[in-house]
Amino acid sequence: MTVVFYVAGAVAVVATILMLAQTHAVHALLYLIVSLLGVAIVFYTLGAPFVAALEVIIYAGAIMVLFVFVVMLLNLGEQAVRAERALLAPSMWAGPLILAAILIAEFLYPTVQGGVLRSTPVTIGPGEVGASLFGPYLIGVELASMLLLAGLVGAYHLGWRRTPKGEAC
Amino acid sequence: MHPGLMRDGFALAGVLFALGVVGVLVRRNILFMLMSIEVMLNAAGLAFVVAGERWGRPDGQVVFLFILAMAAAEVSVGLALVLELYHQNKSLDTDAASRMKG
Repeated sequence: MTVVFYVAGAVAVVATILMLAQTHAVHALLYLIVSLLGVAIVFYTLGAPFVAALEVIIYAGAIMVLFVFVVMLLNLGEQAVRAERALLAPSMWAGPLILAAILIAEFLYPTVQGGVLRSTPVTIGPGEVGASLFGPYLIGVELASMLLLAGLVGAYHLGWRRTPKGEAC
Repeated sequence: MHPGLMRDGFALAGVLFALGVVGVLVRRNILFMLMSIEVMLNAAGLAFVVAGERWGRPDGQVVFLFILAMAAAEVSVGLALVLELYHQNKSLDTDAASRMKG
Protein backbone atom coordinates (compact mmCIF):
# COMPACT_ATOMS: atom_id res chain seq x y z
CA MET A 1 0.00 0.00 0.00
CA THR A 2 2.80 2.41 -0.86
CA VAL A 3 0.36 4.55 -2.84
CA VAL A 4 -1.45 5.44 0.40
CA PHE A 5 1.80 6.90 1.73
CA TYR A 6 2.29 9.08 -1.35
CA VAL A 7 -1.31 10.31 -1.53
CA ALA A 8 -1.36 11.18 2.19
CA GLY A 9 1.98 12.98 1.88
CA ALA A 10 0.71 14.93 -1.14
CA VAL A 11 -2.44 15.91 0.76
CA ALA A 12 -0.31 17.12 3.68
CA VAL A 13 1.91 19.24 1.41
CA VAL A 14 -1.04 20.71 -0.53
CA ALA A 15 -2.90 21.53 2.70
CA THR A 16 0.20 23.24 4.13
CA ILE A 17 0.66 25.35 0.97
CA LEU A 18 -3.02 26.36 1.05
CA MET A 19 -2.67 27.19 4.76
CA LEU A 20 0.10 29.66 3.98
CA ALA A 21 -2.02 31.29 1.26
CA GLN A 22 -5.01 32.03 3.50
CA THR A 23 -5.84 35.42 4.93
CA HIS A 24 -8.46 34.26 7.43
CA ALA A 25 -7.04 32.55 10.51
CA VAL A 26 -9.87 30.00 10.87
CA HIS A 27 -9.36 28.89 7.25
CA ALA A 28 -5.68 28.45 7.80
CA LEU A 29 -6.45 26.40 10.93
CA LEU A 30 -8.74 24.08 8.95
CA TYR A 31 -6.00 23.48 6.39
CA LEU A 32 -3.42 22.96 9.14
CA ILE A 33 -5.65 20.31 10.76
CA VAL A 34 -5.97 18.52 7.40
CA SER A 35 -2.20 18.66 7.03
CA LEU A 36 -1.73 17.09 10.47
CA LEU A 37 -4.25 14.35 9.63
CA GLY A 38 -2.32 13.63 6.42
CA VAL A 39 0.90 13.26 8.40
CA ALA A 40 -0.97 10.96 10.82
CA ILE A 41 -1.86 8.63 7.93
CA VAL A 42 1.77 8.75 6.78
CA PHE A 43 2.76 7.58 10.29
CA TYR A 44 0.23 4.77 10.06
CA THR A 45 1.53 3.56 6.72
CA LEU A 46 5.09 3.65 8.06
CA GLY A 47 4.09 1.18 10.79
CA ALA A 48 3.80 3.60 13.75
CA PRO A 49 0.09 3.35 14.76
CA PHE A 50 0.60 4.70 18.30
CA VAL A 51 2.18 7.93 17.11
CA ALA A 52 -0.50 8.24 14.41
CA ALA A 53 -3.22 8.08 17.07
CA LEU A 54 -1.40 10.64 19.25
CA GLU A 55 -0.98 12.94 16.26
CA VAL A 56 -4.75 12.96 15.77
CA ILE A 57 -5.69 13.15 19.46
CA ILE A 58 -3.11 15.63 20.77
CA TYR A 59 -1.92 17.62 17.75
CA ALA A 60 -5.07 17.84 15.63
CA GLY A 61 -7.30 17.62 18.70
CA ALA A 62 -5.93 19.42 21.74
CA ILE A 63 -3.35 21.85 20.34
CA MET A 64 -5.51 22.98 17.42
CA VAL A 65 -8.47 23.50 19.79
CA LEU A 66 -6.24 25.92 21.74
CA PHE A 67 -5.59 27.83 18.51
CA VAL A 68 -9.32 27.91 17.69
CA PHE A 69 -10.10 29.24 21.20
CA VAL A 70 -7.59 32.07 20.84
CA VAL A 71 -8.84 32.98 17.36
CA MET A 72 -12.39 33.09 18.71
CA LEU A 73 -11.28 35.21 21.70
CA LEU A 74 -9.54 37.74 19.48
CA ASN A 75 -12.46 38.87 17.34
CA LEU A 76 -15.46 39.78 19.43
CA GLY A 77 -18.45 41.95 18.61
CA GLU A 78 -20.33 42.70 15.42
CA GLN A 79 -17.40 41.90 13.18
CA ALA A 80 -17.31 38.40 14.64
CA VAL A 81 -20.97 37.83 13.77
CA ARG A 82 -20.28 38.74 10.15
CA ALA A 83 -17.21 36.51 10.14
CA GLU A 84 -19.28 33.68 11.62
CA ARG A 85 -21.85 34.03 8.85
CA ALA A 86 -19.09 34.06 6.25
CA LEU A 87 -17.68 30.84 7.73
CA LEU A 88 -20.86 28.99 6.83
CA ALA A 89 -20.45 29.75 3.10
CA PRO A 90 -19.46 26.63 1.15
CA SER A 91 -16.38 28.27 -0.37
CA MET A 92 -14.96 28.44 3.16
CA TRP A 93 -15.07 24.77 4.03
CA ALA A 94 -15.09 23.08 0.62
CA GLY A 95 -11.31 22.91 0.25
CA PRO A 96 -10.52 21.32 3.64
CA LEU A 97 -13.55 19.02 3.21
CA ILE A 98 -12.29 17.67 -0.14
CA LEU A 99 -8.78 17.06 1.20
CA ALA A 100 -10.15 15.37 4.34
CA ALA A 101 -12.47 13.23 2.15
CA ILE A 102 -9.41 11.99 0.23
CA LEU A 103 -7.80 10.97 3.53
CA ILE A 104 -10.95 9.19 4.74
CA ALA A 105 -11.31 7.34 1.42
CA GLU A 106 -7.70 6.30 1.73
CA PHE A 107 -8.33 5.00 5.22
CA LEU A 108 -11.60 3.22 4.42
CA TYR A 109 -10.75 1.57 1.09
CA PRO A 110 -8.10 -0.90 2.34
CA THR A 111 -10.20 -1.62 5.43
CA VAL A 112 -13.23 -2.56 3.32
CA GLN A 113 -11.05 -4.59 0.98
CA GLY A 114 -9.67 -6.48 3.98
CA GLY A 115 -6.10 -5.46 3.23
CA VAL A 116 -3.62 -3.65 5.43
CA LEU A 117 -2.72 0.03 5.23
CA ARG A 118 0.95 -0.40 6.10
CA SER A 119 3.69 -0.14 3.52
CA THR A 120 6.34 -1.65 5.79
CA PRO A 121 6.45 -5.19 7.18
CA VAL A 122 7.47 -4.07 10.68
CA THR A 123 4.96 -2.42 13.02
CA ILE A 124 6.24 -0.85 16.23
CA GLY A 125 3.24 -0.76 18.54
CA PRO A 126 2.49 1.09 21.78
CA GLY A 127 4.00 -1.69 23.90
CA GLU A 128 7.51 -1.30 22.55
CA VAL A 129 7.27 2.51 22.58
CA GLY A 130 6.09 2.45 26.20
CA ALA A 131 8.83 0.04 27.28
CA SER A 132 11.43 2.29 25.66
CA LEU A 133 9.83 5.50 27.02
CA PHE A 134 9.83 4.31 30.63
CA GLY A 135 13.10 2.39 30.31
CA PRO A 136 16.12 4.17 28.83
CA TYR A 137 14.23 7.45 28.28
CA LEU A 138 12.81 7.81 31.80
CA ILE A 139 14.86 10.92 32.49
CA GLY A 140 13.41 12.46 29.33
CA VAL A 141 9.89 11.81 30.60
CA GLU A 142 10.72 13.59 33.86
CA LEU A 143 12.20 16.53 31.97
CA ALA A 144 9.10 16.68 29.72
CA SER A 145 6.87 16.80 32.80
CA MET A 146 8.92 19.70 34.19
CA LEU A 147 8.68 21.47 30.83
CA LEU A 148 4.90 21.05 30.80
CA LEU A 149 4.69 22.40 34.36
CA ALA A 150 6.79 25.41 33.33
CA GLY A 151 4.48 25.95 30.36
CA LEU A 152 1.43 25.78 32.61
CA VAL A 153 2.87 28.28 35.11
CA GLY A 154 4.04 30.57 32.29
CA ALA A 155 0.66 30.59 30.56
CA TYR A 156 -1.09 31.23 33.86
CA HIS A 157 1.23 34.12 34.67
CA LEU A 158 0.84 35.72 31.23
CA GLY A 159 -2.93 35.31 31.31
CA TRP A 160 -3.21 36.92 34.75
CA ARG A 161 -4.80 40.28 34.03
CA ARG A 162 -4.19 43.14 36.43
CA THR A 163 -6.63 45.98 37.11
CA PRO A 164 -5.19 49.52 37.46
CA LYS A 165 -5.26 49.09 41.26
CA GLY A 166 -2.89 46.17 40.94
CA GLU A 167 -5.51 43.63 41.97
CA ALA A 168 -5.93 40.44 40.04
CA CYS A 169 -9.33 39.89 38.53
CA MET B 1 11.93 -0.79 4.99
CA HIS B 2 11.98 -0.07 1.28
CA PRO B 3 14.90 2.36 0.71
CA GLY B 4 12.83 4.49 -1.67
CA LEU B 5 10.17 4.87 0.99
CA MET B 6 12.72 6.11 3.52
CA ARG B 7 14.08 8.62 1.00
CA ASP B 8 10.58 9.86 0.21
CA GLY B 9 9.67 10.06 3.90
CA PHE B 10 12.67 12.30 4.52
CA ALA B 11 11.80 14.30 1.39
CA LEU B 12 8.26 14.84 2.72
CA ALA B 13 9.67 15.97 6.08
CA GLY B 14 12.05 18.34 4.28
CA VAL B 15 9.31 19.84 2.12
CA LEU B 16 7.02 20.38 5.13
CA PHE B 17 9.86 21.95 7.11
CA ALA B 18 10.72 24.28 4.21
CA LEU B 19 7.06 25.32 3.95
CA GLY B 20 7.11 26.14 7.67
CA VAL B 21 10.25 28.25 7.24
CA VAL B 22 8.63 30.09 4.31
CA GLY B 23 5.55 30.73 6.47
CA VAL B 24 7.58 32.24 9.31
CA LEU B 25 9.55 34.43 6.90
CA VAL B 26 6.66 35.59 4.71
CA ARG B 27 3.71 36.06 7.04
CA ARG B 28 3.65 38.95 9.51
CA ASN B 29 0.56 37.85 11.44
CA ILE B 30 1.79 36.25 14.64
CA LEU B 31 -0.91 33.55 14.58
CA PHE B 32 0.27 32.39 11.15
CA MET B 33 3.87 32.41 12.36
CA LEU B 34 2.89 30.15 15.30
CA MET B 35 1.06 27.80 12.92
CA SER B 36 4.13 27.64 10.69
CA ILE B 37 6.24 26.76 13.73
CA GLU B 38 3.81 23.89 14.41
CA VAL B 39 4.32 22.69 10.82
CA MET B 40 8.10 22.75 11.33
CA LEU B 41 7.92 20.82 14.62
CA ASN B 42 5.66 18.26 12.98
CA ALA B 43 8.10 17.86 10.07
CA ALA B 44 10.99 17.30 12.47
CA GLY B 45 8.94 14.65 14.28
CA LEU B 46 8.14 12.99 10.96
CA ALA B 47 11.86 12.75 10.18
CA PHE B 48 12.48 11.10 13.57
CA VAL B 49 9.68 8.56 13.05
CA VAL B 50 10.92 7.69 9.54
CA ALA B 51 14.43 7.16 10.85
CA GLY B 52 13.14 5.05 13.75
CA GLU B 53 11.17 2.85 11.36
CA ARG B 54 14.21 2.47 9.13
CA TRP B 55 16.09 0.73 11.96
CA GLY B 56 12.99 -0.98 13.37
CA ARG B 57 13.50 0.72 16.74
CA PRO B 58 10.93 2.58 18.91
CA ASP B 59 13.36 5.46 19.64
CA GLY B 60 12.06 7.61 16.80
CA GLN B 61 8.54 7.45 18.18
CA VAL B 62 9.81 8.25 21.69
CA VAL B 63 11.47 11.42 20.38
CA PHE B 64 8.24 12.29 18.60
CA LEU B 65 6.44 12.11 21.96
CA PHE B 66 8.98 14.54 23.43
CA ILE B 67 8.45 16.89 20.47
CA LEU B 68 4.69 16.62 21.10
CA ALA B 69 5.12 17.61 24.77
CA MET B 70 7.40 20.48 23.75
CA ALA B 71 4.88 21.69 21.15
CA ALA B 72 2.10 21.66 23.75
CA ALA B 73 4.16 23.76 26.20
CA GLU B 74 5.26 26.12 23.42
CA VAL B 75 1.71 26.65 22.16
CA SER B 76 0.28 27.38 25.60
CA VAL B 77 2.89 30.06 26.37
CA GLY B 78 2.86 31.37 22.77
CA LEU B 79 -0.90 31.83 22.67
CA ALA B 80 -0.88 33.57 26.06
CA LEU B 81 1.72 35.95 24.58
CA VAL B 82 -0.49 36.44 21.49
CA LEU B 83 -3.40 37.49 23.72
CA GLU B 84 -1.11 39.87 25.62
CA LEU B 85 0.21 41.37 22.36
CA TYR B 86 -3.32 41.87 21.10
CA HIS B 87 -4.38 43.62 24.32
CA GLN B 88 -1.41 45.98 24.14
CA ASN B 89 -1.34 46.79 20.42
CA LYS B 90 -4.87 45.91 19.23
CA SER B 91 -3.11 44.19 16.35
CA LEU B 92 -1.60 40.81 15.57
CA ASP B 93 1.04 42.30 13.27
CA THR B 94 4.51 41.56 14.60
CA ASP B 95 5.84 44.81 13.12
CA ALA B 96 3.57 46.69 15.55
CA ALA B 97 5.61 45.18 18.39
CA SER B 98 9.07 45.88 16.98
CA ARG B 99 10.04 48.28 19.80
CA MET B 100 10.65 47.45 23.41
CA LYS B 101 9.10 49.63 26.15
CA GLY B 102 6.53 51.08 23.73
